Amino acid sequence: MNYTSRANNYPLYIRSVPTQNELKFHYTVHTSLDVVEEKISAVGKSLGDQRELYLGLLYPTEDYKVYGYVTNSKVKFVIVVDSSNTSLRDNEIRSMFRKLHNSFTDVMCNPFHNPGDQIQSKAFDGIVSGMMVQTG
Amino acid sequence: MADEASFQFLHNEVVQYVYKSAENGESENGRNITKLENMGFRVGQGLIERLTKDTIRFKDELDIMKFICKDFWTCVFKKQIDNLRTNHQGIYVLQDNKFRLLGQLSAGKQYLDQAPKYLTFTCGLVRGALTNLGVKSIVTAEVSTMPACKFQVMIQKV
Repeated sequence: MNYTSRANNYPLYIRSVPTQNELKFHYTVHTSLDVVEEKISAVGKSLGDQRELYLGLLYPTEDYKVYGYVTNSKVKFVIVVDSSNTSLRDNEIRSMFRKLHNSFTDVMCNPFHNPGDQIQSKAFDGIVSGMMVQTG
Repeated sequence: MADEASFQFLHNEVVQYVYKSAENGESENGRNITKLENMGFRVGQGLIERLTKDTIRFKDELDIMKFICKDFWTCVFKKQIDNLRTNHQGIYVLQDNKFRLLGQLSAGKQYLDQAPKYLTFTCGLVRGALTNLGVKSIVTAEVSTMPACKFQVMIQKV
């Protein structure tokens, strides 16, 4: 399980459990960015409420499922979950992204944080840890 | 409204402070404008993050400018921009006929030469907001008769 937020396509924050295989997660997240870009730029062509922030399941590999979310300020959140974890429903993923976004907004408003720097806020760490523990 | 007044007073004090501290130090005049603009820039970045948290994604540049004129301006100044003009080639002019931060200064031409100092923070605010929405720009302001003023936004094509 892995969370990351990226601005201008470099990572601001990456966290995973278990902590080995982190490099593989870096790679997965980086390649999923292409899918995110594709989804954002396809606004005019697809049907439905494509102007939502939640992007849904980006693509499934045999081991993982990757979900994406993009904010209006062009920051992308990516969650990678084990395929074996089938108990996670769409609603839960959506609410996880909402919590992440709320927490990220708080980080941005912190005067000690410069936009574009790595995220070092303990509060943000806490929210992420809470979510990871909850979903295993 | 009580909450509006506190921001106005604080803003005026900030402008006075920046200029007074320049008198004691060695910085030239241009640096004060830059300091104020940078303050506005950082505030704009954080503010736009909060404001766009629940809105759907923007369609294009014009959509973004309309958002600035309506929701953003309402949030900061409790009113909307009165007039938005564009040449559809990256230049937008936002006109506010009763700019809140100038309202207390004068009702005409008095203190006109001091007005630009009080507009730079807002210029930075708009620039910061646009930057975080992915739009690089240069924002300038002009005023001919207070309290009306115009903000000119020039989009930089990268």
